[in-house]
Formats: sequence, structure tokens, C-alpha cells
Amino acid sequence: MKRFVYINDDDQSHDLYCDNRISNRKYTVLNFLPKNLWEQFSRFMNQYFLLIACLQLWPLITPVNPASTWGPLLFIFAVSATKEAWDDYNRYVSDKKANEKQVWVVKKGVKKHIRAQDIHVGNLVWLRENDEVPCDLVLIGTSEPQGLCHIETSALDGETDLKTRVIASACAGIELELLHKIKGVIECPPPDKDIRRFDANMRLFPPFLDNDVCPLTIKNTILQSCYLRNTEWVCGVAIYAGNETKLGMSRGVPEPKLTAMDAMIDKLTGAIFVFQVVVVIVLGVAGNVWKDMEARKQWYVQYPNEGPWYELLVIPLRFELLCSIMIPISIKVSLDLVKSLYAKFIDWDQEMMDTKTGTPSHAANTAISEDLGQVEYILTDKTGTLTENKMIFKRCCISGTFYGNETGDALKDVKLLNAVSGGSSDVIRFLTVMSICNTVIPVQSKNGVLSYKAQSQDEEALVRAASQLHMVFVKKNASILEINFNASLLQYELLDTLEFTSDRKKMSIVVRDCQSGKIFLLSKGADEAILPCACTGQQIRTFTEAVEQYAQMGLRTLCVAWRELPEDEYREWSLTFKEANSTLVDREWRVSEVCQRLEVGLEILGVAAIEDRLQDGVPETIETLRKAGINFWMLTGDKQNTAIQIALSCNFVSPEPKGQLLLINGKTEDEVCRSLERVLLTMRITNSEPKDVAFVIDGWALEIALKHHRKAFTELSILSRTAICCRVTPSQKAQLVGILKSCDYRTLAIGDGGNDVRMIQQADIGVGISGREGLQAARAADYSIGKFRFLKRLILVHGRYSYNRTAFLSQYSFYKSLLICFIQIFFSFVSGVSGSSLFNSVSLMAYNVFYTSIPVLVSVLDKDLSERTVMQHPQILFYCQAGRLLNPSTFAGWFGRALFHAIVVFLITIHAYANEKSEIEEVSMVALSGCIWLQAFVVAIETNSFTILQHLAIWGNLLGFYVINWIISSVPAAGMYTIMFRLCGQPSYWITMFLIVVCGMGPVIALKYFRYTYRSSKINILQQAERLGGPILSLGSIETQQRSLERELSALSISQPKSRSPVYEPLLLDSPSALRRSFGPGPHTDFRTRNYKDN
Amino acid sequence: MATNESCDQPLRDDSKKQIHSKFIQQELSAWKPILTPGWVIAIFIILGVVFILIGLLAFYASVHVEELVERYDVDCVPFTDKNKITKYIRDSSSNKTCTKTLRVQKKMKNPIYVYYQLHHFYQNHRRYVRSRSDKQLRSTKHEYETKECLPIATVNNNSKPIVPCGLIAWSLFNDTYQFSVNSKVVEVDRKDIAWKSDRDYKFGSKVYPKNFQSSGMIGGGKLNESIPLSKQEDLIVWMRTAAFSTFRKLYGQIKVDLDANSNITVVIQNNFNIYEFGGKKQLVLSTSNWSVGTNKFLGCAYLYVGGFSLVVAISFTITYVLKPRPLGDPAYLSWNKYPSIYEN
Repeated sequence: MKRFVYINDDDQSHDLYCDNRISNRKYTVLNFLPKNLWEQFSRFMNQYFLLIACLQLWPLITPVNPASTWGPLLFIFAVSATKEAWDDYNRYVSDKKANEKQVWVVKKGVKKHIRAQDIHVGNLVWLRENDEVPCDLVLIGTSEPQGLCHIETSALDGETDLKTRVIASACAGIELELLHKIKGVIECPPPDKDIRRFDANMRLFPPFLDNDVCPLTIKNTILQSCYLRNTEWVCGVAIYAGNETKLGMSRGVPEPKLTAMDAMIDKLTGAIFVFQVVVVIVLGVAGNVWKDMEARKQWYVQYPNEGPWYELLVIPLRFELLCSIMIPISIKVSLDLVKSLYAKFIDWDQEMMDTKTGTPSHAANTAISEDLGQVEYILTDKTGTLTENKMIFKRCCISGTFYGNETGDALKDVKLLNAVSGGSSDVIRFLTVMSICNTVIPVQSKNGVLSYKAQSQDEEALVRAASQLHMVFVKKNASILEINFNASLLQYELLDTLEFTSDRKKMSIVVRDCQSGKIFLLSKGADEAILPCACTGQQIRTFTEAVEQYAQMGLRTLCVAWRELPEDEYREWSLTFKEANSTLVDREWRVSEVCQRLEVGLEILGVAAIEDRLQDGVPETIETLRKAGINFWMLTGDKQNTAIQIALSCNFVSPEPKGQLLLINGKTEDEVCRSLERVLLTMRITNSEPKDVAFVIDGWALEIALKHHRKAFTELSILSRTAICCRVTPSQKAQLVGILKSCDYRTLAIGDGGNDVRMIQQADIGVGISGREGLQAARAADYSIGKFRFLKRLILVHGRYSYNRTAFLSQYSFYKSLLICFIQIFFSFVSGVSGSSLFNSVSLMAYNVFYTSIPVLVSVLDKDLSERTVMQHPQILFYCQAGRLLNPSTFAGWFGRALFHAIVVFLITIHAYANEKSEIEEVSMVALSGCIWLQAFVVAIETNSFTILQHLAIWGNLLGFYVINWIISSVPAAGMYTIMFRLCGQPSYWITMFLIVVCGMGPVIALKYFRYTYRSSKINILQQAERLGGPILSLGSIETQQRSLERELSALSISQPKSRSPVYEPLLLDSPSALRRSFGPGPHTDFRTRNYKDN
Repeated sequence: MATNESCDQPLRDDSKKQIHSKFIQQELSAWKPILTPGWVIAIFIILGVVFILIGLLAFYASVHVEELVERYDVDCVPFTDKNKITKYIRDSSSNKTCTKTLRVQKKMKNPIYVYYQLHHFYQNHRRYVRSRSDKQLRSTKHEYETKECLPIATVNNNSKPIVPCGLIAWSLFNDTYQFSVNSKVVEVDRKDIAWKSDRDYKFGSKVYPKNFQSSGMIGGGKLNESIPLSKQEDLIVWMRTAAFSTFRKLYGQIKVDLDANSNITVVIQNNFNIYEFGGKKQLVLSTSNWSVGTNKFLGCAYLYVGGFSLVVAISFTITYVLKPRPLGDPAYLSWNKYPSIYEN
């Protein structure tokens, strides 16, 4: 459904499209409560607790005061509702601010100041410099004579450079006064969220009649949330308003990500729930049997002979309520709390602060820190992620001569400098293309310093290099380009720009030399896009060799070409180009086809090589993480050779003979299939060799493999620890993530540019590098970091600690709930299976909310190993990856511990407080304090490092228990009046506590010691080594020294230009006896299937 | 069990800011204990010794407690047929007096506590334990708050409340004992058997029994309606419900010494009905001590646990001597054993 916008028409457009009121709110005042409650109750846990709380309102079955469940439940609900309300209120405030901003709008021919929310589609909106754009506009007038304006789009796509927008061509030259009266219609597509595309048409009504339909592109629009810069004023027509703008449409709540750990906790909760149901059924039946056999004989109970119809249900329901504490109500709150603290630790971490730019790391998603510790695959972008994305022009090859080979820097190559000053025509043409064939805007600041605003780093590097070679691009005035070459001013008129797209992989401009009047086509682009367009007869062999050689060095290459256009050819072509540009359907494809027609018969001028240096610490980071058992895949849009070179230089793959690269290529389905099968075969054979085998695939082959041989490719993905995928598109990146995810691997995608956004969103964890390509990736990501090397710390320190801490916290939460629940169950056997509660309501509630939740919260400070040890022995991450600290068998351990402790507490209590001491309030407090003592020691024994806060929380909490109970005991109206004072005065109470602690903890310590010493896990060994200062630390540092030496060697070997011989061809049957993959899928299966429990 | 080592730099500057930044950088100095053999063995030895000492002490104390236990429920009914017993015990007019003789083995020093002990009586049953109104017991204002007392709340389910209401009070234990040694009556002091806090706060001094055991089924003992609840100490004791189905409750204290080999004659009014559900009744005379009462459990448990931890300590020592294993040996790290596997 197309949208017809009538410009400046006050009557019709009102009712058709929405006005400019922005609303990001989720709730209104009226629907907040029902909607929020509904959302909260869509979670199973909450439904369960609500059911329990409702059952407790029935006095016949409730064992305790309903407040003991309603209290915490309401508290939890209030907390999350308040959080939601606060967020929504903030959204409301910012909406209101945006909606009530005053803007100038033409109404009935008069310029008026109105609120932004009252803008309607079709209105004429006037903006001044530094104004925020209130809605999506089509430009019809600016203050600049060429109809240009500059905008900053950082709020939209995160890119900080200025972009140029032009007015619709039909409106060019309309007088300022007449703009008020302009009428017309714009035909545009329905609202969508594509901020790079806008295919529309405009037709003006008399008296502005233009016989053409004027095409509109994204270049003619300014979008909501951009800022107008360096332009005095602009005037535009509102085309999309309110929530229908491009920004509004692309807004949306991303799917919440669930960590592997959350899934495991949910599974365990389910298991506990099943267990609870079994217990309830067993006890319910037993209770009913006992009632019929025994209770009716107990005259003092006065069981009525005839009960109501639901009588059989009463006892099971009572037990359901008694056992409902098995599922800890506090676990969600505690987990949310500690998770947000993990995220804060990441934000605060000074070691992950990029000191150069001052950007701290940021965890946008606070819920998935544990997943960082369980990463198995890292998919990384190359440019800007591994490299600095700081392009520097290094070498070039102009008409067969290589410059910069001796010095390593063409700008310092005397040969080139001489050629420039000597006026060699090839070199000058080469430099001309370098300096003007681009979309760079030179900006002259007030003190005369020239700077360049460029959207592409490559272009900026070229322009800068050209200016250093005395070809200075000084001014861009509408369509006049001025170059200052050796103090003489050259002018070119820009006729057309054939834009760069990732499909075309080249860009061209058509210019007219103002001196000679000749028309030229200047092109630059990737070698495989430019070289085939060379004019027949030109020898391109030197250029291909140059490209090859530069790529071997890891440089990015650009081919530069030009052609003189005959006047009439251009004129003819120009018409078709205009036509293609105004089509509404498939415009991009049509335009590229038309461009293709012009970009033929080019004269290749040369090859420029641009260096993109590796970021600091990239090789070390990759090596450490690979040691930690994480597999790396590089997904890049770059050339295969460049990608391989970068991969070699950053330890991604080892150089020959240790490493081996298997190429998958082919243009047809058959070729790809054969290649794929051959690689698979090699992979399977070398599976057990100590070789580092990686496969390399390009985008084309990948497309075929994904379409027709998905199964084989999936198998390959599982077998291969390393892969290099070159020339892949953003959607292929996301597809690859999807394949790994479908094999149940935890994936982390890291990238820096807009082309990585899809991959980042698709992966379990998305990490964005807030780099030079803008903030787009960083905004879409769960974590944003300043440099690639921080990834090491993010995973090994923050991810690992978070995993360990949550593993303890969640299992402990179940332990303490089970402990008290088991005691209740045991008590029911001595109370006639009638469903009496041993503990009173206050104690039960406080047990969950205070006594046991506070000490465990400080486990967020626990560190099992120091950061240094972990960095030296990254292999220890296996424990997290394989989920060794939280899985059914560790959970069974905690379950068993809860059972054992419940038996200890219960047996000792009933024997020590038998006979004349068996007063129920006293017995209940003895059992409760037994539980509190035990849980304090359990937290203590599971804590690896005690900071002052841990001591405060654990022992302070124990003291707090007594203080709280003393306070309650001094209230005469309370049920337990004086109880705690009486108990604390009895020596036998303290003797009993001591006995409970020793009986409960003695076996735990003995077992732990035995495991620690004789069945020690790797973590234990490192702990011992770390704390006893054993030889291991020195060993670790020696290792790293060796490693760095080795790296230097390999780096050396790379920097030598290699011969063209295909060193990376697959070598079948290479030393089959050795073991390669003892760490590939090997450790995974190994670690997963083998007995999980080690600690 | 520990090596006290703080791996991070000690806190030199105590300023709050420093601590804050150490906290947010997760660098607070920490004590990181590990389970070394020395510490573990030492702990178990110390625990063993301490436990055996405490155990001996407690055991010694409980041995010195002299205790006479006499079961009288079987001997005090003239029948063995259950139906006849039930009829007999429910009949308020029948004579239930019964005499028993206890022989004192060792000298019992005063005060001697007199307990009655019931078996198989579920004071902790859900219907029973909640059937009381604490407010009503405290003050006459809340006389009508009998909702929780069902089924013993009001007289014939009309508006007249029963004070004290509820099953617990209704089933008040009502056996009585009279002691004599050599036909000389031994006084049993039945004052001060209840907790002082209960007498002062939980049971009102102005609350008098009302409509108690007046109609319908008669449960246990009756109360003197002219004595306020705070003085009805056997009721107060009874209403401190027991957590287990076997329990003792204080009946009174004998304030004279009982000599060894003397015979005590007890005249029992065997009123309380435990026959219907097959319970037991016992009379207990016991001296007291400082710690653990009549209970031998704690002493024994301490001795066992102490012994056991010594055994554990010894076996750990033996394994340590026979199979020493250096702590933190890097040779046990599998990636050091096969250094090549991650290299590639």
C-alpha cells in the first residue's frame, strides 16, 4: 500500500496518517496494574507462588499464617512493578519532552511555532542549525545555494561523521518566499525501518509544475532524531510521523536472551517441583491412612466422623503448602540482584577501560553474564575488530612500478616523490583518482586547517595520502571539485556519482575537466570488480601480481582506473541513469545494471595498498582464549588472502607445518560439494592429529553449501575449531551463528560495524566494539568494549566469576529451602502425618527473606582463583564451558547435603529436646537455629576468599538471627515470647548447637578434604598452587615467554612476501598416527559425559 | 585449615574512597583458606578431644541424675478388655484410685521433680495444636474470640463462650498423685511449675474459667471456676504443647530428700483416658543437674562424635603418611601432562 503525501495540504491528510505524537510507553496509568500483573503472571514461577498464596487463604489447610507467603510475593511483585513503572515513567518524560518541543511549521500559508506532536504528514517543517529533526522529512529547501545540508546521524546509526543531504531536484531553485506555497504530492512506500533506503517520487502542482516525476532517495530525506549541522536552515515535508518514522519502526523490544544457566535452573526447578508433587502425594496418602487408622481413635482430636466431600484433599493440600518452600521464592530476586551487580562490575572495571578514548566497557544486557563463562565459539569480524580500522596508505603500484617496497611506506619512497614532482602523467592521474573519486567532504576550519569528513576509512586514507603527495583536495562546492596540485588549482565538475554498494564493490564518478571540457570516468574498487573491466589489450598481469603480493602482506588493496568518455556516450547514458534512479521497484538492481554499462573498458592506473594494523594484544588474546578451549571463526567481508594473512598474524591459525588450511571453493554446486566432501574427509582423518586444521570458505561457496549441503557443512562446523569465512554478507554471518547455535554451542559474536549487527543479535552473546565504524554494533550488542583485547578479561574474569558465583548461589538457594522443608517433612511423621508445621510463620518467612539470603549475596565477591592465575591457565575455563559447577549431579550433591543436614538437625533436636523439654516453641527454635548455624558454615566452607564483607555477612547474619529473635522474644503478644532468652540461658542449647554444627559439617569437611587432596580438580590444584606459592606460577610465566618468542618468529615469517606456491592446499594423509583433536570436540564430549562433579 | 595470605595489596589507606574503588574493582583484600592436610587433621584432633571432654562431663552429669520411672496405666485398671476399660474410664462415678509402690535405689536429693509422662499422645496434631485462643486466655476483653478453638468454642454452639476454649484445654490431664514414705505424707509442691512468663503475661489474672467442661462430651480435667487462669498452673503446663508424641510434663516438686532403699507409696487417681488409643502413662521422679536434665543422649552423642573424629584424624594421618601428595603439583594439570594439545 503506497502512501500519498499531499504537501502543505491542510484538509485531507489529517485523518489518513498518524500525527507526530511519539509514544514509547508500554503502559498507561489505567492499564498499568492489570497489564503488569498479567506479564508477571505469565511466568511459571509466579503462577506457582500465586497458587500457593491463594491456597494459604484457606484456613483449614494452611499450616502457617498466609502472610508468610503473601509478604515475600507482594514484595517481589512490588519490586518488579516499581522497576517497570519507573522505566515507563522515564520513557513518558522523554516522550513528553520530544512531543512538546516547539517547531516552525507552515499552517495555512503562515509559519507558526507549534508543538512537535502536532505535526501532521504533509506539513512543511522548518529547521534551524543544530535543531533535532522531529519527524522524517523530504528536503525541499535549504539555506545553501547548492541545495545541500549536513546532518549528524549518530542517534540513528551511531556514526559520528556528518552526512550530506540534498533537496529534491524538482525543488531546486525555488525562491524562499515561494516555499510556503509549495503544493504537490509525494508517492512513498509504507513505513518501514530501513534507514538506508527510501524509494519515492515527487510531483509538484502548478505553479511549480515540472513535467518530470522527480525521484527521491534516502539522500533527499532527513530522518527523525538527526541533527542539522553547518546549515543555517532547511525546509522539508513531513512524510512519516510519530511512531511510523524510520526510527520509530526500527525501535522494538529485542527478545530477552536466556542464559544456559537460567535454562538449567529452570530445569532443576522443574525437577524439584516433580519431587515435591511426589512427596505431597505420598504424605497425603499416608496422612489420610493414618487419619482413618489412628486419628479417629485419638479422642482429644475430635475428628468428625463425616467430613465434607473434599476431605480427602485436605491433607495432601496441607502438605503441598508445607512443601511449597522447597522452591525458593527468593531465588529470582537474588539472581536478578547479583546479575545486575555482575554487570556493574563490568561497567566499573578499569582494566577494561579504553584509556585512549576513555570509553569504559558496558554491559547493556545485565542478565547474561554467566553465559560469558560458557562460551564455546567466538565469531569475530576482522576489520575494526581484530584490526584498528585505522587505514594508512602504505604501498602502491602504478603502471607496473612498485612504490614503497623498500621503505615500507610509499609516501617516503623517493622514487614516487620524484615521479610526482617530475609530473609523470600516470602518477598524476592515479593521484587525481585517489583524491576525488570518493564521497569525502573537505572541511576548512576557521584557522585554515583542512580536515576530511569521510564515511569510509579507506577513502579518507587515500585522500590524505594524495594530499601528502601534493595533490590536495581543497574544496567541494556543490558539483565543483577543487584540487590544489603543486600550487596550481585544478577544477572538476562532478556530473554523476555511481555509488559504492557491497554488491558492486566499486564506486565511480563522472567528472568534467573544467580546463579542457573533457569528461572522465574515475573508478576505484576491489580488484575482482575492477580488473575484469579493463580495456582489452591492457596487460593486467602486473596488477594481479601486485594485488596478490599486497594481500600476502595483509594489506587491503584497491584498484584505481579511469576512462575518457565521449560527450554523446555520456549524454545517452545519463538519461538511462536518471530513469533507473527514479524507478520505485528494484531500484538498486536497476541502477547497478546501468552503472555496469558505463564501467567498461577502463584503463587500470594502478593498485593502492592500505594497511589496517592489528589492534594491540589481539594475538595474545586469541591465543589465550583458544587455550581456554574456545573456538574461533573469522567472518569477514574481505578478500581470502588478506583474511588468511591476518589470521596467521594474530594466532588464529598456526603457520605451516603445524597448521593446515583447507580451502572450500568452487563456483558451481558440484564443485563446492566435492570440495566440501574432500575437506570433511581430511577433517575426519586429521581429527586425532596434533594439527591445527582450519577451513577457509568464501561467500559464494558458503551460499551454495548452506543451501544444498547444510548437513555436511554442519558436520564440518562441529569438527572444525577454526574457520575463516571471507567475503560473507551480514546475513550469512547471522546464518553461521545460527548453525552453531543449532548444534547447541554457546556462541559469542563480536564485531564493530553495522554489517555485524545481525550476527551480534543472533548470537547468544553479542559483543560490540565501540570503534571507528560507529557505534551501531555497540548499541545492538549485549556488551560493548573498547578494544578486542578486553574480550579476554570479559570472558575469563567476568564470565568465569559470574558463572561460578551464580552456580553457588542458585544451588545454595535450593539447599536452604530443601533443608527446612525436609525438617518439616520429618516432623510430620512424628505429628501424626497431620500437616502441622514445626516452625512458626515469622520464622519461616524470615528464614527465606533475611537469615539465609543475605550471607549468600556476598558470594558475588567470591573468587576461587585470582585473576592472574586464571589468565595464566585459561584452560580452567573448561569447567564453566562444560557446566561442571551447575548440573544435575552437582545439584544432587546439594540435595543430598540438604537431606543429610536435615536428618542431623532433626535427630539431634528430637533427642536432645526429648521428654520434659519437648515444648514445641523451644524445639522449633532449636531446629531453626540449627539450620541457621549449618547454613552459615556451609556458606563459609563454599567461600574461597573471605573479604571483610563476607565475614560481616556470614557471621553478622548469625548474630542478626539472635538479635532478631531476641527482639521478637521480648514482645509479650508474640507466640515465642521469652523463648529465645530461655534457650540462650540453657547450656544444653549451646551444646546441642555445637553438636549439630560438628555432625553436619564434619563429614562435609572430611569429604571435601579428601576430594581436594586425592581427587582434586584442576581448580583445586591451581588454588593450592596459588596459595602455597608453588612452582606453578613461575611455570606459567615461562610458558608465556616462550609463547611470545614463538609469535615473533611466526610474525617474521609472515612479513616476508611469500611465493605464490599454494602452501595452504590441503595435504591429505599427513602423519596419521599423531593425535590432533584431543582438544577439539574431544574435551567437550570428554568433559560432558564424564562424571561432572569434581568440586 | 588455612594459610592466611592476602594476595592483594593490604589496605594501606583506610579512606572510604579507596575501599569503594577496591570494591568496584573486586580487589578487596581477602583471606583465602584452603584445606591443607595439617589443618584438617588438627581440626579433627582438636574436635575429638574437645568432644570427648564435654561428652564425659555431660555423661557424668546425667549419670548422677537419679530417676524413678513407673508405668501405671495397665496395673491401675481392673480389666483387660478394651471396651470395658473405655466404659470404666469414661464413667465419672467409678472409683479410679490405685496405689503403687516405688523403691528408691539411691538417695535422691531435693528438689525432686515429679513428672507425668504420656506416650502416643499427639499434642502436636494439627487439629489439636492450633485449637486455642491466646487472646482469650490473656484478657476478658477477648472472651468471645473463640474462632480458632473449634470444635470446643462455645456451649452447644450458641453464643456462650467456653473459657478456656479449644481442644488443648478441654483435654486437660487430670490424674493426681499423692506420695507417702512409710505412711508419712510427702508434700508435693504444685506451685511454680509453670513458666513465670506464662503466668505473668499469657494467662490473665482476671480471667476465670467459664462454661468449662459444662456440657457435651467431657474431655479431661475440670477447673476451679474461682481461681484465675494465671493460678491454674497445671493448665498452663498442659497448654505448653509438646512437639513429640512422647513427652513429660511437670506435676510438682518434692522438697525433701528421699533416702536410699525407702519405699514410696503413690496413690494415683487414674482419670485420664489413654486407653482408647493405646497410649501409655508413666510417673517419673527425677533429680536435676546443671545441664542436660535427665537426658543421656547429649553425653553419648558427644562421646561417639569425639571418638569418630579422632578415628577420622588418624585415618587421614595414615593416608597422608602412606600416600603423600604434594599440594598444587602442576604435574596433575592435564594440560601440562600433554603440553602439545593446545599448542597446535
